[in-house]
Amino acid sequence: MEHLIDIVLLGLLMITGFAIVRMKSLLAVAMLTSIYSLLSASLFVVLDAVDVALTEAAIGAGISTILMLATVALTRDEEKAPRHTPLLPLAVVTVTGAALIYGTLDMPHYGDPAAPVHQHAASAYLHDTPGEIGVPNVVTSVLASYRGYDTLGEVTVIFTAGAGVLALLGYRTRRRNIQGPGIRKLVVLRVIAKLFFPLILLFALYVLFHGDYGPGGGFQAGVIFATGFILYALAFGLGNAQRVIHHPLLRIMAAVGVLIYAAVGIEGILLGGKFLEYGVLADDPVTGQHLGIMLIELGVGITVAAVMLIIYYGFVSRQD
Amino acid sequence: MLLSNLPALQVVIPLVSAPVCLLLRNPRHAWACALIISWLVLAMALLLLQQVYTLGTISYAIGAWATPWGIEYRIDMAGALMILIIATVGAVTMPYAWRNIQHELHRKHTGVYYTCYLLCLTGLLGIVVTGDAFNLFVFLEISSLSSYVLISLGPSRRALTAAYQYLVMGTIGATFILIGIGLLYMMTGTLNMQDISQRLPEVADTRTIRVAFAFVTVGVSIKLALFPLHIWLPNAYTYAPSVVSAFMAATATKVGVYVLLRFFFTLFGLQFSFNAMHVGEILMLLAVAAILIASLVAIFQDNVKRMLAYSSVAQIGYIILGISLATTAGVSAGMLHLFNHAMIKGALFMAMGCIFLRLGSVEIHNMHGLARQMPWTMAAFVAGGLSLIGVPLTAGFISKWYLVNAALTDGYWPLAVLILVSSLLALIYIWRVVEAAYFHLPGADMHKVREAPASMLIPTWLLIGVNLYVGLDAGLITNIAQQGAASLLGQALQ
Repeated sequence: MEHLIDIVLLGLLMITGFAIVRMKSLLAVAMLTSIYSLLSASLFVVLDAVDVALTEAAIGAGISTILMLATVALTRDEEKAPRHTPLLPLAVVTVTGAALIYGTLDMPHYGDPAAPVHQHAASAYLHDTPGEIGVPNVVTSVLASYRGYDTLGEVTVIFTAGAGVLALLGYRTRRRNIQGPGIRKLVVLRVIAKLFFPLILLFALYVLFHGDYGPGGGFQAGVIFATGFILYALAFGLGNAQRVIHHPLLRIMAAVGVLIYAAVGIEGILLGGKFLEYGVLADDPVTGQHLGIMLIELGVGITVAAVMLIIYYGFVSRQD
Repeated sequence: MLLSNLPALQVVIPLVSAPVCLLLRNPRHAWACALIISWLVLAMALLLLQQVYTLGTISYAIGAWATPWGIEYRIDMAGALMILIIATVGAVTMPYAWRNIQHELHRKHTGVYYTCYLLCLTGLLGIVVTGDAFNLFVFLEISSLSSYVLISLGPSRRALTAAYQYLVMGTIGATFILIGIGLLYMMTGTLNMQDISQRLPEVADTRTIRVAFAFVTVGVSIKLALFPLHIWLPNAYTYAPSVVSAFMAATATKVGVYVLLRFFFTLFGLQFSFNAMHVGEILMLLAVAAILIASLVAIFQDNVKRMLAYSSVAQIGYIILGISLATTAGVSAGMLHLFNHAMIKGALFMAMGCIFLRLGSVEIHNMHGLARQMPWTMAAFVAGGLSLIGVPLTAGFISKWYLVNAALTDGYWPLAVLILVSSLLALIYIWRVVEAAYFHLPGADMHKVREAPASMLIPTWLLIGVNLYVGLDAGLITNIAQQGAASLLGQALQ
C-alpha cells in the first residue's frame, strides 16, 4: 500500500516537473512549483519526516510561491525565448542524471534497517536523546542541540538572504496603499483573511513552542508567522500591514534573531563551557538543554519571520 | 577561557558582528565595526596559528558533544594557513574599503555592504575551520550568498548580470557538493570528516561513492574556477567593486582549493582519489590548459581588471598543478602559491581600485602616461606584476621555484618548461600596462589626475611588502606550507 502511494506521488512529481519545463506562462509555472512542493511534502510525510514535510509545505508551497508571484508581478508573465540552442544544457543534464542513476545501483535498499545511516549516528541520537536532552522530538534535539551549530549557520544563511534583498531591492516608502500581486478587492477574501489572521499567528506560536514535542520549530513557525502578515497585506494592502510591522522594525528583528541564537552560544562559553553548550545554562544539564533549545528556536523564528517579510515588502513596495 | 575557545570565536565573532553592523544606521559606524572586527580576526588567526604551530592539530567540540555525534572544529597547519590568508586580506582591505566603497557604491548601499562583507568573512572562515562535511556546506552557502550580493553592488549595471551568472553557476556547484555529501552520508552514516575517512575504505569500491566523488569534484571545481568551469569569474571580478575584487580574488577561490584538498586528502584519501579515481591526471591536464589558455586570453584584454581575472584563472592552474602531483613537495608548492597568489592578486586589484578612483576607468588605453601622475600606485602595480611573473626576490619566484622542483622530482620536465613559457606570457600582459603608463605620452586630461589617497595606498603597499618580504625570507611561510601539506597527506614531517 505504502509503495503504491510512493509510486503515485513520484509519478505526479515527475509530470509536474515536465509541465514546469514545458510551460511558457510564468504565472502557471509559479503555481506548478507550489504543487511540486506540496507533492514533495506529502512524500516526506510518507517517509515519516514530518518536520521536513511541515517546512516544505510552509516554505516551498506557501511563501516561495507568493514571492515568485510577486516577482512575476514586477517583471512579466511570459518566458523569453531562449537565445542559445539547448544542446549543451541538455547534454549536461543527461550526463548528470545518468551519473545519479549509476550511483543508485550500489545504494542500500530503501528502508533497509541495516543501512549505515540507521546504524551509526542516527541510532546514537535515538538512544541518547531521552537521557541527554529529554525532549520527545529527536529531530529537534539533533537540529537544535547535537548539530545546533549547523542551525546557527542556516539562520545566518537566511539572514544573509535578507541582507542581500535589503541591499539590492531596498524598500520604497510609498504613500499609496499597494495591493499585493494579482489580488483585487474581493470581499470574501477580506473576510476570510480577517478571520484567519489571528489563527495563523496563534498556530505559528504553537509550532514554535511545541517544537520539542511534535513536528515544528523556529523555521516553520517563522514562515507561518510571516504568511499571516502576507495574507493580511494581500487582502488589505501593504500600507495597513506596515502599520503593524513597519520596515525598520523588520531590519532590527532580522538582526536580533541571529543575535539571540549566538548569545546563547556565547553564554555557554562565559559560563565555562563550550560554544553552544546548553547544559551549563542551568544547574541541571537537561533543564539547561530545554532552556537553550527554547531560546534558540525563538531566535530562529524571529529572524525567519523578519526576513520573509523583508523580502515580501521589498518586492511589493516596488510595484506601480 | 577565551583562548581555549579560540577556534569557535574565530568564526563566531565576525558572525555576531554582521547583524550588529546591520543595526548601525550610520555607514561610518558600520565601517568602523567591520574594521575593528577584521583586525580582531587577524589577531585571533595569528594566535591560532601559533597554537597549531606549538601544539599540533586542534580539535574543538561545539556544544561539548563528542565526535562524531556533534560538530567538530578541527584545525591543522593547512587550515591555520588558510585562516591566516583570509584574515590578512580582510584586515588589509578594510581600511582601504572606506574610500573605495564611498566612491563606487550608491550611498544607500554602503551600510549593508559591511554587513555582507562580514558575512562573507564568516562563511570563508567557517569553511576552513570545520571538521564536519555538512557544516562546511552551510558555511559555503553563507559565503556564496554574500559574495553574490557583494559582486552585484558594483558601479556599473553589468555587475548585476555578472552576479546573476555567478549565482547560477555557484548554485549548481553548491548543489553538486551537497549531493556528494548526501551520498557520503548515505554510505557511511556520519558527517564528521575524520569519521568518514575511517569508515569510507569499507564501502569505497561502490558506484555510489564513485558518483559522490565525481559530484564533489565537479562542484568544488566550479567554486574554485578550474578551467573550463571558470566562465563566471572574469565578469564577476571585472564588474565587482574594486575592494570586493581584491578580497574575493585573494580568498574565495583559494578557499575553494582548500575544500578540494580536504575532500581529496582527508575525506576520500590519497589512495582512493589519485590511485583509484585517477583524478591527478585529469587535474594536471586541466591545469595545463588553464595556465596556457587563460594567460593567452589575458594578453588580449583592454580592461585591466578583466586581464587580472583571466590571470587568476591561470594562477589557479599553477596551484592545481602542484596538487595534481599528489606528493608532499607538489601539494606544499601548491599551498605556497595559494598564499603568494592571494597576496599578489589582492595587491594588484587594490592598485586597480586606486586607479579607478582617480581615473574613472581601468582600460589600458586610458592609462597613457599615468605613471607620472600616480607614481606610488603604478610602482605598486609594477612590484605586484613582477611577483606575478615570478622574478627573483619576489614571492612569486619562491612558489614557482618550489613548483618546478616538485615537477622535476617526479620527472615531469615538460611542466617546468610550461611554467617558464607561461611566465613569459605573464610578462607580456603586465608589460602592456607598464608600457601604457610609463612610456606613452599622457592624454589631454591626464594632468588633472592625482595620486590615490594614503588610506588606499598604504594597504596596497602592505600587501606588496608581504610579497617582497616572502621573496627575501621565505623560510617561515615555506615551513608552514610544508607542514600543512604533510598534515593533509597524513605524514609526519621529517
